[in-house]
Amino acid sequence: MTFSSKNLQKIEQLKKKYPKVEALTLPLLWIVQYQEGYISLDAIKEVAKYCNKSAMEVYSVASFYTMFNLQPVGKYHIQVCKTLSCKLCGQEDIFSSLKNILDINTNQTTDDNLFTLSQVECLGSCGTSPVMEINDKYYENLTPQKVEDIINDLSKKS
Amino acid sequence: MIKEVKIVSKNFDIPNSHNIEVALKNGRYSSIDKLWSYNNQDIIDIVKDSGLRGKGGGGASAGDKWALMPLDGDKPNYLVINCDESEPGTFKDREIISKDPHLLIEGIIYSAYAINSHQAYIYIRGEYKEFQDILQSAIDEAYSKNFLGENIFNRGYNLDITIHRGAGAYICGEKSALLESLEGKRGHPRLKPHQKEPEWYFDNPTLVNNVETIASVPFIINNGAEAYKSYGTELSSGTLLFALSGHIKNRGVYEAEFGTSMMDYINHYGGGIRDNKKLKAVIPGGASTTILTAKEVENITLDYESLRAIGSSLGTGGMIIIDEDTNMVEALKNLVEFYHHESCGQCTPCREGSSWVDTIMKSILDGVANNRDIDKILEIANTMNGKTVCVFAPALADVIRGFILKFRDEFEGYIKVD
Repeated sequence: MTFSSKNLQKIEQLKKKYPKVEALTLPLLWIVQYQEGYISLDAIKEVAKYCNKSAMEVYSVASFYTMFNLQPVGKYHIQVCKTLSCKLCGQEDIFSSLKNILDINTNQTTDDNLFTLSQVECLGSCGTSPVMEINDKYYENLTPQKVEDIINDLSKKS
Repeated sequence: MIKEVKIVSKNFDIPNSHNIEVALKNGRYSSIDKLWSYNNQDIIDIVKDSGLRGKGGGGASAGDKWALMPLDGDKPNYLVINCDESEPGTFKDREIISKDPHLLIEGIIYSAYAINSHQAYIYIRGEYKEFQDILQSAIDEAYSKNFLGENIFNRGYNLDITIHRGAGAYICGEKSALLESLEGKRGHPRLKPHQKEPEWYFDNPTLVNNVETIASVPFIINNGAEAYKSYGTELSSGTLLFALSGHIKNRGVYEAEFGTSMMDYINHYGGGIRDNKKLKAVIPGGASTTILTAKEVENITLDYESLRAIGSSLGTGGMIIIDEDTNMVEALKNLVEFYHHESCGQCTPCREGSSWVDTIMKSILDGVANNRDIDKILEIANTMNGKTVCVFAPALADVIRGFILKFRDEFEGYIKVD
């Protein structure tokens, strides 16, 4: 894996913002994830070159944070919040509708590689629960009907 | 009765208040001139006198923390804003950064100047990308107006703000874990020093404060310490962005003075319990605070001291409202799963304890546990308490004890074997 020229420029900008290059670890892992869709071992070796670390050190960081995908995921990564405030407001119905519509279980990807379904801990959206995040976008105050519409829309777009 | 007050949330309802022109029209950056008339120590003293307390959950005096920063050291000072809002039931910082980001930026300018820092980082949880983008646009606007960057406001002071995105780890809300993460490492909390000292970012003195704490500073600089102290109680001065979630009619974030009656707050802002059911319990300040029964809630006021006195804590002020039909065993299982997943794994009592409790809770729900298993959970909670680097495990221990000691009959209802 190599960084695109646009991302190389971004990295040069980032270097100026931190006192040490070690601090670039998380920002660079994010850049990789947006560029490649997930973080491969090859990409980890590349990141290590820029932040004065061994590949093993970068791997230990990447594997600590749940948002870094070390395996490929579908085009749309659905993360459904499962923590208490969402549970009290009907999270279980939302999750089972998603399972039914997509015909997959948690941590699985649909055969067309469009959707990956994950259950995650508190998304900080307790006042508008139940909630899910698809890629970078929050979907709040969900109902099973809304979920169906959202998935249909995304399927049509692709 | 509730006296409505808006210090931090004043501009929340103004359309497009995240836009700098709208923000300027509505009082943002208006006390900048006042700032330059003070020296660093003056501002630290004002903040100390105001009684401002950290609003991320700990509630320690902000001024005392600021005073730990060396003002004439030879190392650079750093200001770090904790926007890793992940405590279940808490969603207030997100309101600030998406509805009034310039309030935070203004607060950062004052706070950075006070502690003589020229670089501020905002550590934001990875999931908040949408809100991060709004905040970043506001920061870009502030740069274009020369409110940030070199020689800000033509006053010869340099200040940069960099947003640093986390990647999904609750523990990074703990300030030393946050700094580890900001240094590019796993978010493992650090051992606490034996005496008071600043935090350290790459061995440089660093101040870490919550978003709402820093967003409260402009009001204090503008109106003075006494004005801030006129709100709240003697020991808990000012206001907090309390929040309501769970079984309540009007969920949301509503600012209130410390010392407000919890029941008044729930009824006034929340409009009462959803579907006109009866209240069973309230988790008062984010998942990590000890649960209160409906009876305990009757006479409680929302301030640090009152909640401490009944064995809970005010935490982040994010109240989770639980109605009479809720299964408390399932509710505890849900929270234990959260802690089990989020334990950073550094300390054995926490890593193993959270996992054991999760396993035993499952066996209770499956109907294969016995009465000794309930006591076993309490025993594990005691083993976790006070034996770890950070307060994650003690918090979990309090959560477990609160649920089991206050609702034990529900747990015993699941016991079918001797």
